[in-house]
Amino acid sequence: MTGFTYHRRGKRVIATFSGFEADLLRSLASQLIELLHDEAALPQPTGADPLEAMLDFSGPTTEPEDPVLARLFPSAYRDDEEAAGEFRRFTEGGLREGKATAAGAIIDGLEDAGLPPELAEDGLMIDVELDPPTAESWMRSFTDIRLALATRLGVEDGDEDYWGQLDEEDPRAQVYDIYQWVGYLQETLVEALTKAA
Amino acid sequence: MSAPSPVELDEPLSDDLTVPATPWITIVWNDPVNLMSYVTYVFQQYFGYEKKKAEKLMMEVHQDGRSAVSSGTREEMERDVQAMHGYGLWATLEKQG
Repeated sequence: MTGFTYHRRGKRVIATFSGFEADLLRSLASQLIELLHDEAALPQPTGADPLEAMLDFSGPTTEPEDPVLARLFPSAYRDDEEAAGEFRRFTEGGLREGKATAAGAIIDGLEDAGLPPELAEDGLMIDVELDPPTAESWMRSFTDIRLALATRLGVEDGDEDYWGQLDEEDPRAQVYDIYQWVGYLQETLVEALTKAA
Repeated sequence: MSAPSPVELDEPLSDDLTVPATPWITIVWNDPVNLMSYVTYVFQQYFGYEKKKAEKLMMEVHQDGRSAVSSGTREEMERDVQAMHGYGLWATLEKQG
């Protein structure tokens, strides 16, 4: 496990993953895309005029029910439901698409670097080379993936000890390890991009 | 190409030029997930802040739970909040109190 480094001469952000790691990243990115497309970003009918409601394709106005989506698309106004709804109507669809596109770029990058559709062979190594804008899009998507994992786990400030003492057979301990690993990857990506800037 | 003819103005332009009396602010809230280095990077990258200022704002978020990271018109702040959500930061806007 080495994370990302910046290659000055090639102006590329590079990383090497085992087949297992690359497959895991692809799976996390795919799950994120599925979630982003799953709970449809449709407007909630607001009563008044049914025809108007059906013709309103512009976007949702209420907070998503799924806690992960609610964290990815938080209310922009804390004390003004109407303004929050309007903001959501005009932004959530685009934000969802942006996040799905960024997650898709991770999958494409790994597959272009040689990750097969089904991981079969042992000892496969995947060398990833990203130009800085692509690396930044990976970095943003790692944030979304970490937010999703942390929300599912219920991670809170200063609870590292709790996760550390879980039995290693506990599935939550395994998910927490993955969460930490993506955090490590992101940390190295921030460092690499800071050098690239 | 012809020279533009003078335009008569019915309305004074001053309304568009005045600074709004109550500016709006973008607030970024602390969360247990985002890395300090990442938050600093976003503040530098998106707002164009010097590293020192970006770190100061990041520490405010981390220690005080929130920090006002930009101010301006409501439309500008909506754009900033949208961008912060794009980066996965938890942001809201409000009238400067």
